Amino acid sequence: MATATQSLKKKKINRIGLELPVYRGSKTTLCAGCGHNAISERIIDACFAMGIEPTQLVKLSGIGCSSKSPAYFLGSVHGFNTVHGRMPSVGTGALIANKNLVAIGVSGDGDTGAIGIGQFIHLMRRNLPIIYIIEDNGCYGLTKGQFSPTADVGSVLKTGVVNDLPPIDTCALAIQLGATFVARSFSGDKKQLTAILKAALSHRGTAMLDVLSPCVTFNDHEGSTKSYAYVKSHADQLEELDFVPYFEDISVDYEPGETQEVTLHDGSRLYLKKLAESYDPTDKMQALGVLHDTHERGEFATGLIYVKPAADDFLTTLNLVDEPLASLPEDRVRPSKAVLTEIMESLA
Amino acid sequence: MPASDVAVEERPAPSASVEPVVNDFSIQVATVNGSGSQTANLVLLRAIFQMGVPVSGKNMFPSNIAGLPTWFTIRTNKDGYIGWKKKTEVLVAMNPETAREDTLNLDADSMVVYDESLKLDSVRSDLVFYPVPFDRLVAEVTRDVKMRRRIRNMIYDGVLSRLLGVDLDQMEIALRKQFGNKVKVVALNRQALDVGYAFAEQHLEKRDPYRIESMDENGGRILIDGNAAAAIGCMMAGVTVVAWYPITPSSSLCETLIDYLRKYRVDKETGKASFAVVQAEDEIAALGMAIGAGWAGARSMTSTSGPGISLMGEFVGLAYYAEVPAVIFDVQRVGPSTGLPTRTAQGDVLSTAFLSHGDTRHPLLFPCSPEECYSMAVNAFDLAERFQTPVFVLSDLDLGMNQWMTQPFEYPAKPMDRGKVLDEETLERIGRFGRYRDVDGDGIPYRSVPGRSMPAYFCRGSGHNESAQYSERADDYQRNVDRLMRKFETFRNWLPAPVVEINRKARVGIIAYGTTHWAVVESRDQLRDEADLQTSYYRHRAYPFRSALASFIERHDRVYVVEQNRDAQMVTLMRTDLRPELAGRLRSVLHYNGQSIDARTITDDILIQEGYRVEFSEADELVPRDAGVGGE
Repeated sequence: MATATQSLKKKKINRIGLELPVYRGSKTTLCAGCGHNAISERIIDACFAMGIEPTQLVKLSGIGCSSKSPAYFLGSVHGFNTVHGRMPSVGTGALIANKNLVAIGVSGDGDTGAIGIGQFIHLMRRNLPIIYIIEDNGCYGLTKGQFSPTADVGSVLKTGVVNDLPPIDTCALAIQLGATFVARSFSGDKKQLTAILKAALSHRGTAMLDVLSPCVTFNDHEGSTKSYAYVKSHADQLEELDFVPYFEDISVDYEPGETQEVTLHDGSRLYLKKLAESYDPTDKMQALGVLHDTHERGEFATGLIYVKPAADDFLTTLNLVDEPLASLPEDRVRPSKAVLTEIMESLA
Repeated sequence: MPASDVAVEERPAPSASVEPVVNDFSIQVATVNGSGSQTANLVLLRAIFQMGVPVSGKNMFPSNIAGLPTWFTIRTNKDGYIGWKKKTEVLVAMNPETAREDTLNLDADSMVVYDESLKLDSVRSDLVFYPVPFDRLVAEVTRDVKMRRRIRNMIYDGVLSRLLGVDLDQMEIALRKQFGNKVKVVALNRQALDVGYAFAEQHLEKRDPYRIESMDENGGRILIDGNAAAAIGCMMAGVTVVAWYPITPSSSLCETLIDYLRKYRVDKETGKASFAVVQAEDEIAALGMAIGAGWAGARSMTSTSGPGISLMGEFVGLAYYAEVPAVIFDVQRVGPSTGLPTRTAQGDVLSTAFLSHGDTRHPLLFPCSPEECYSMAVNAFDLAERFQTPVFVLSDLDLGMNQWMTQPFEYPAKPMDRGKVLDEETLERIGRFGRYRDVDGDGIPYRSVPGRSMPAYFCRGSGHNESAQYSERADDYQRNVDRLMRKFETFRNWLPAPVVEINRKARVGIIAYGTTHWAVVESRDQLRDEADLQTSYYRHRAYPFRSALASFIERHDRVYVVEQNRDAQMVTLMRTDLRPELAGRLRSVLHYNGQSIDARTITDDILIQEGYRVEFSEADELVPRDAGVGGE
């Protein structure tokens, strides 16, 4: 490990001695220029940079274009492409079975906001330690472009159909439901998205990331509020993010007074350089206020919108034994003959 | 049914000289639900059980919290028949709403214990009536308003103790089983028993023939409901992840399991649990969690009933196709839709066998007793992991929620079978890992589990090849589903074998499964004794069926398949496996009114189909009861 760290820059290996290609996946089959591909790249970057052990990682998804993408990153990692909108429950079961796993879940705006809204809500309530990424393009790509529940009022389909229902703001919803890490970013914002992903990997609890990811085929035209052009001109960055993992030497050039530091459960630190005056991501009411205000202006607030670093996660509340439940040997899960005899006597 | 519709033959009141009826009658306690009568009923049931008399208890209750009619029926039977019997000989009428109708439904010479204010003795004159001034007797025991209702119930136990000869001390032992160390509660209830007993002794002259006398028929057996038995089985199977959603009649399975797990599976030193129980947001999520846990290598389960099964369809298909283990208990109730949530049926046989879209088939286990709920629960986890697929245990409300005498449970004879989970040694032996590669020719591939440093794979419900890669190729798809069928064939001889009783003289065979068994046992004796009709018997314990099924049918001219649903679901399932010539020998006896099936119904039906009788006698017709209103 020491050798690996020393030669970090020279050989392009990470702190656990692995090279970047280990974190790559199969060749993407999504459309060229799809925002989802950029998100996959950032996931690869973040996991490589954080030195996540691939054998301890799992990737999960629902159904849709977004949910196909886990095949395109972390190819050597166990993955589960589940059913439409129900990835949270499968992830919950997997993490209960093995609480040492690091889980990355990828969903879409239809997979989360429509068919999966129920499971999404209960995932946020439980604060399961999982990174939950919504690759949000405001439409159903795989079924050729229908509106999803995050499509804005007034956005227009290629066919000219206008959406007249209000969108679900998954970030505001997540905050209300008790999520402990809520961020919004843009697939094209390499620096911000990578910093958020790295911070999410250090967060113990549900890290909910709504990543605006324009659909180049069905939703990247004038009239769409989720097109590249629209998002680029309407993204309102809350803060400039920098993230310092616990295992790195901490030396940053932020001036006190201009930055806010958030220490995550493992000792990693998030530095938020203020762009908006006095924005405090640990203030729930302010977070909801910003989401509301930016929405009213037709803008997207991006960055770490809300974080509550010290909350108990779901696995902690279950008070499980130290070893993964899945690996417990028979003598720890099958009570003795004396126990059965005792029960039988109580029923005789 | 309005009282005026019931024809009652008026006869003079019976006298004490009637021939005694010993240990062969049913006691029905009619109350309203939420009145706390369950304790008194279980104490009565348990006391008779402890006296060595074969007994069974069934609670017929409404889908409601409080205030609607409920009947608890205790059948005592010296010959050991513990199935349902329609007729009741002893009525305890505690519910003013139904007292009159309940009284009119009795056969002549039955006895009625009732609150004197109901004046039931004016309804008929051919019964033995025992009026009891409950309010006055309760006041002797307690002035506590909260306790009154419970004490009132315990007083009828005291009265019955005296009238029927149920040992008071056995009732006290039963009380202690219920209340454990709560000395004051036991003492108060004992006082209520004594007050009831003393009243009966002083004021009620025994004029009925019904008596309980000690026997020695229950040696070693236990008294338990099927859901609790299944819960013990799950714990002993080493379950680690339980996800569930409340639904009648399955809730008590997971609730009892939680109690046992907290008692026996929490580390005494650290206080930490070797299990997790999650009450999910719905049945879909419950199964999703079980599947996620199964994929990650844990022993996982969920428990539900018909509506939950319908919701789980999509996930079951995923687990079947992606080959993920999970154990699913279906405690069946009456459908379709919400149906009768508190009534019993065997109506989910077909829907579970083929649950989900596309070509799917799932193994089913059919327990008939609490002992089998236990042993099949233990077995189900081994099978799910060995075969990497969802395994269903099909119980029903009658089995799950009623009290049954059963053999004590045996400690698992074999260690847990975790199936073909890849480790270094195995990987070396098989050369290369392909998640869906049939290495051993039994259709069961090897699987790797996340977190164990073995080669990974991408688990998916979409089309895949042997290496679990996405594939839409025709040959990949077909090869894979053909292997799944091979795996299903392998199942046949791993599942619990049928219980077969061949009668060499019999031309007629009977096939049944689950709780229907108990009525069939009694019916076969009735057929033999009443019509000299000899029968053989084959009890299914699992699907897919064994080859013994075909040879059983071959031996007989006609085979009656007895089941508790309208559509002869088991017959349909059997037809998919049998040669047309054999399928043609199958006939059905069907019972589907929500009540447990009884022997008389089977016997009469078979005798009619066999040409012994022309029609039902009117007396055998079931009297419907207006008991089923309210929410679920």
